[in-house]
Amino acid sequence: MAEGVKPRVKAPKSASAGEVVTIKTLISHPMESGQRKDSSGNKIPRSIINRFTCDFNGQNVIDVTMEAAISTNPYFEFEATVPEAGEFKFTWYDDDGSVYEDTKAVSIA
Amino acid sequence: GNWARLAAQQALTQDQLLEFDTFGNVSLIHVTDIHAQLKPIYFREPSINLGVGGNKGEVPHITGAEFRARYGIKDGSPSHYALSSGDFASLAKGYGRVGGLDRVATVINAIRADRPDALLLDGGDTWHGSYTCHHTEGQDMVNVMNALKPDAMTFHWEFTLGSARVNELVESLPYAALGQNIFDAEWDEPAELFKPYEWFERGGAKIAVIGQAFPYMPIANPGWMFPEYSFGIRDEHMQAMVDEVRAQGADLVVCLSHNGFDVDKAMAGKVTGIDVILSGHTHDALPEPVQVGQTFIIASGSNGKFVSRVDLDVRDGRMMGLRHKLIPIFSDVITPDAQIAKLIDDQRAPYEAALREVIGQTESTLYRRGNFNGTWDDLICDALLSERDAQIAMSPGVRWGPSLVPGDDITREDLWNVTSMSYPNAYRTEMTGEFIKIILEDVADNIFNPDPYYQQGGDMVRIGGMAYAIDISKPQGSRISDMTLMSSGEAIDPSKTYTVAGWASVNEGTEGPPIWDVVENHIRKMGTVTVDETNTVKVTGL
Amino acid sequence: LGLGAAALTILPFRLSAATEDAIAAFTGGADVADGGVDLTAPEIAENGNTVPIAVSAEGAAAILVLAAGNPTPGVAEFKFGPLAGSHSASTRIRLAGTQDVVAIAKMADGSFARASKTVKVTIGGCGG
Ligand SMILES: [Mn+2]
Ligand SMILES: [Mn+2]
Repeated sequence: MAEGVKPRVKAPKSASAGEVVTIKTLISHPMESGQRKDSSGNKIPRSIINRFTCDFNGQNVIDVTMEAAISTNPYFEFEATVPEAGEFKFTWYDDDGSVYEDTKAVSIA
Repeated sequence: GNWARLAAQQALTQDQLLEFDTFGNVSLIHVTDIHAQLKPIYFREPSINLGVGGNKGEVPHITGAEFRARYGIKDGSPSHYALSSGDFASLAKGYGRVGGLDRVATVINAIRADRPDALLLDGGDTWHGSYTCHHTEGQDMVNVMNALKPDAMTFHWEFTLGSARVNELVESLPYAALGQNIFDAEWDEPAELFKPYEWFERGGAKIAVIGQAFPYMPIANPGWMFPEYSFGIRDEHMQAMVDEVRAQGADLVVCLSHNGFDVDKAMAGKVTGIDVILSGHTHDALPEPVQVGQTFIIASGSNGKFVSRVDLDVRDGRMMGLRHKLIPIFSDVITPDAQIAKLIDDQRAPYEAALREVIGQTESTLYRRGNFNGTWDDLICDALLSERDAQIAMSPGVRWGPSLVPGDDITREDLWNVTSMSYPNAYRTEMTGEFIKIILEDVADNIFNPDPYYQQGGDMVRIGGMAYAIDISKPQGSRISDMTLMSSGEAIDPSKTYTVAGWASVNEGTEGPPIWDVVENHIRKMGTVTVDETNTVKVTGL
Repeated sequence: LGLGAAALTILPFRLSAATEDAIAAFTGGADVADGGVDLTAPEIAENGNTVPIAVSAEGAAAILVLAAGNPTPGVAEFKFGPLAGSHSASTRIRLAGTQDVVAIAKMADGSFARASKTVKVTIGGCGG
């Protein structure tokens, strides 16, 4: 299992109802591609985050399926509509079965 | 020497060099690509500087007699010597050295006497390129430039000091550090330390100076030294910045750029609303601005050899007129500013013995500028071949580095002026013939791609021990042919392995002695060096 | 100038069989129109291991991104939910060499659109 996996999210703390906001996410992860070989010539098995989702109050914003060509420390930037006060939920799914989550509350200004 | 001083003083005077009918209400003073040259030097302009695509045959891609004809410059005149190639060694004996920041200071002070609030703008490549700059990690240049009181600066080689040192020096600057295209690599947001632009009020006009750092920093230089930063041309963001300052009432928009000349021309064709681009990086010196649409581009040379003065008439929210002069710094004609001269000597004092140590002599002009080779690089390649026992040598096609004239001593300072950098390791490795061709094709495309946005503004990698032909009109992969190993006269075999020595690799962990030691050892063995003009690169497709 | 950089292969700009297969799997073999989707990528990558790209297609249900010159072309598929503020997204990708990056958008009406952009991955190393 990948070590030191740490999600980080930049999202506004407040928005007006119906506003479209920009969200940026980063998660520290080696994204081992499965293409590299170790010093004794054996292929290092693939171990990546294969899916990322963002939901707001249970409704989906974006759902990303990822392959090994996504860089180390996967970064995503996208826009979301904030219809009401509530909470963004961000979820990253690792090849090894681990699931990493982060949340950001948004108030209506 | 004295004879040069006399000759130069007979041919021209400080008053002539500074003569300028003050115009309008705003003055800009531009210096760029000083490469840490505090003292007067010789600097031979290129005899080969080929343009491709739409820039074929356009300035700055004409040289020598053709350049002089274009600007009406008389053969043998001071402008011939300062601006073009041909007869360099004999003219250098007559007109002497150029540059020296104490002379630059005199020129700046004279302009400020005419226009006390003239803006002094530094285009970057300032904190790199000498023994003292390397050993003080840029502090010598910061100290001297601070005394000249610039108003803003942008950047390129500065970043090869490493981001920690760059950040430390930038935080210490008493003037604006600009770069609208310097971004935080992690979150893809403008880097906090570097403002996109700075405001100035001059002559009743509101002036915005937008900075543009070198766009290809992590490609042309080791990105691992400044991983926190991302660059790029970012012309859409440039347009947004221009629109932003215009909306806030800018009467004049100046771009202090380190794009390189052709990239600046291309950018001026895409971004509207910039009045003046002060261009740096490609080290071109042009006696007249080049106009693209409503934008005027000024090229001010390198190594402290020139200062550009640009007077502007700015009225009613727009630029109404421009008067420009590229002032060559003839060091025997312009009186050094005593205060700056002392400050320069103070920076050098701890290193004076090392700087002055004579390593050898030269019977040839040693220079670097030119698309394919220069005698300095030929000498460096020779040193790599013999000192590192290699079949083929590679030396980067950088454009900095002063010249020496026949009869000169080669001092340690001279050697460091053409080799100083923070990744100097002279590697020795094996490469297949196929990989050597890939390298040449890759570098050639960075120079001869017809789209300037793919050009990085250097010259072709210099090769020792091998000849080749290049058709600059072809696409990447098809330019290079007839690669021949000179020691055997045989064609380079793509599948065969060759020993290659080189320096300035952008890869982390490159091993080998610093290039200045390699070249010093070689010169000491030679005693007196003679470097004939080589003809190992056959160029077609002009 | 680089040393010991991974050997670059300059690929001709046509799509590999694997890329064509990946597109067919996404479209079910339907026709793909040029245009209607924006793909932003640098002309020259600062670092082939982390190349910023952005895709955008108004009204798209999903956008597939492929790196046509990588050993395996798959990069990512973005599916936009009901609270997507726009049908656009940015990420960073690995490119094994100079190649075309391809974006295919699946529009709400079931049609498909494509865009591609050549990204140069260079050894680099010289400058003024
Ligand atoms: Mn420079
Ligand atoms: Mn430069």
